[in-house]
Amino acid sequence: MNIIRTKDLSLFYGSFQALRDINLNIPEREITALIGPSGCGKSTFLRTLNRMNDLIPGVKITGQITCHGEDIYAHGTDPIALRKQVGMVFQKPNPFPMSIFDNIAYGPKLHESLSKPDMADLVERSLRGAALWDEVKDRLKKSALSLSGGQQQRLCIARALSVSPDVLLMDEPTSALDPASTMKIEELMGRLKQNYTVVIVTHNMQQAARISDRTAFFLTGDLVETGRTDEVFSMPRDKRTEDYITGRFG
Amino acid sequence: MKTKTIIEQTMKTTFFLCGMLTIVITFGIAVYMVISGIPAIREIGLSDFLFGQVWNPTGAEPQFGILPFILTSVYATLGAIAIGVPIGLATAIFLAKVAPPKVAAAVNTAVELLAGIPSVVYGFVGMIVLVPLVMNVFNLRNGATLFSAILVLSIMILPGIINVSRTALAAVPREYEEASYALGATKVETICKVSVPAAKSGIAAGIVLGIGRAVGETMAVILVAGNVANMPELFGSVRSLTMAIAGEMSYATGFHRNVLFSIGLVLFVFILLINLTLNLILKRGGAKR
Repeated sequence: MNIIRTKDLSLFYGSFQALRDINLNIPEREITALIGPSGCGKSTFLRTLNRMNDLIPGVKITGQITCHGEDIYAHGTDPIALRKQVGMVFQKPNPFPMSIFDNIAYGPKLHESLSKPDMADLVERSLRGAALWDEVKDRLKKSALSLSGGQQQRLCIARALSVSPDVLLMDEPTSALDPASTMKIEELMGRLKQNYTVVIVTHNMQQAARISDRTAFFLTGDLVETGRTDEVFSMPRDKRTEDYITGRFG
Repeated sequence: MKTKTIIEQTMKTTFFLCGMLTIVITFGIAVYMVISGIPAIREIGLSDFLFGQVWNPTGAEPQFGILPFILTSVYATLGAIAIGVPIGLATAIFLAKVAPPKVAAAVNTAVELLAGIPSVVYGFVGMIVLVPLVMNVFNLRNGATLFSAILVLSIMILPGIINVSRTALAAVPREYEEASYALGATKVETICKVSVPAAKSGIAAGIVLGIGRAVGETMAVILVAGNVANMPELFGSVRSLTMAIAGEMSYATGFHRNVLFSIGLVLFVFILLINLTLNLILKRGGAKR
């Protein structure tokens, strides 16, 4: 079952075409990895899925993206509702300069008013969901900036989970982290896919091979190849994919 | 090689001396204010001086209570802050987060011009335009009131508040705002709940700067506040600390003159406290990052 489908998706920054006719299906409750060299459009593609590119002036998008069968760029589609459904984790851990608790409560407070115990419950669930609860449960009132980088990133994942999305977009979530923290986040992703659809942009091909179910290879704005991760890595159909994953360029 | 070292040394010494100069001047003024301000305060008595409600330096039995001046300065400043801060902050938000670049540039130019206008011009325009307006609108016999002073001051403190707050808002990391949008926040929600709180130490610095400006302003308020040593009323003519010094220095002699130095000392302490607050705010804001 595909939760997100893109059809002939192209994106322009002014006159520069950053994505060219992308057709990609993203299956539910699997991890899809987007790989490719810098500037290939993979992050841009990721950001079209929750309309974060709307915030950049001069961006034009053609083609179609559907989420749960609904065109997310259709007239009258609410980007706010979409972003609630499609959460995002960024490259650099970016917790708000607030307490750990308030970081998690921020999203839910935007959309509904919860009683204190309900909110506390939601915060605990979100932190447990991101495997961070045990480390922070005694210091929820402390500033989120006092956490380590890896903890901050898991806090950001918990924050994304707090508004109960179906899809989690992750833009190189471990590139700013040390190997131990990276491993924790990779383990977490394995668990997250039981309940969420995960799309991850990564520079690290071992990471893509380790954690993802499907891989899509981008090159200069084109989607070159997509398929089951084991197949893409063991017998790529396209010569360029093979060159990239064997480290001949990138 | 040798001439180079000599030039190097001379320049270093020059820089050092220039750096020291500001310290010496500031310190010198402080010492001078204390020395020339303390004797009169001693003679009057600190509480009679600070809390006396009657200022009558030239009467048969002269009285030197400066509470009217202190309260006028405080009320005028609070009033100016109450009006100027919301407008200034909203303008800063508009400039940093909302306005298209061209509009922002135009508004920016206007703000810079506003900052460059000499205070006597503010006072002059206030006197010609604002004072009669206040008189007519509120049906007063005299429009030169605390209220007029508050209006003029609130405009005068705008550029400082706008510039400092805008810089602070523009420095809020984009990642914070993106995280907020990604959680489904609207632009206004993001500004109010993420950008402004993240910039709050800078905004506070802007406000304190505005307070300093309003407390110290002299020329503009002299022209619009009526310059009468009453206990302040919103629609009455008033005299502030700065007005008392500037207005009376020209004719005061003997003990009266010494008291004016004491008023200067009070003003100096005010400004010192304001600057200490500012430093504290900036330091705390810096430590957090």
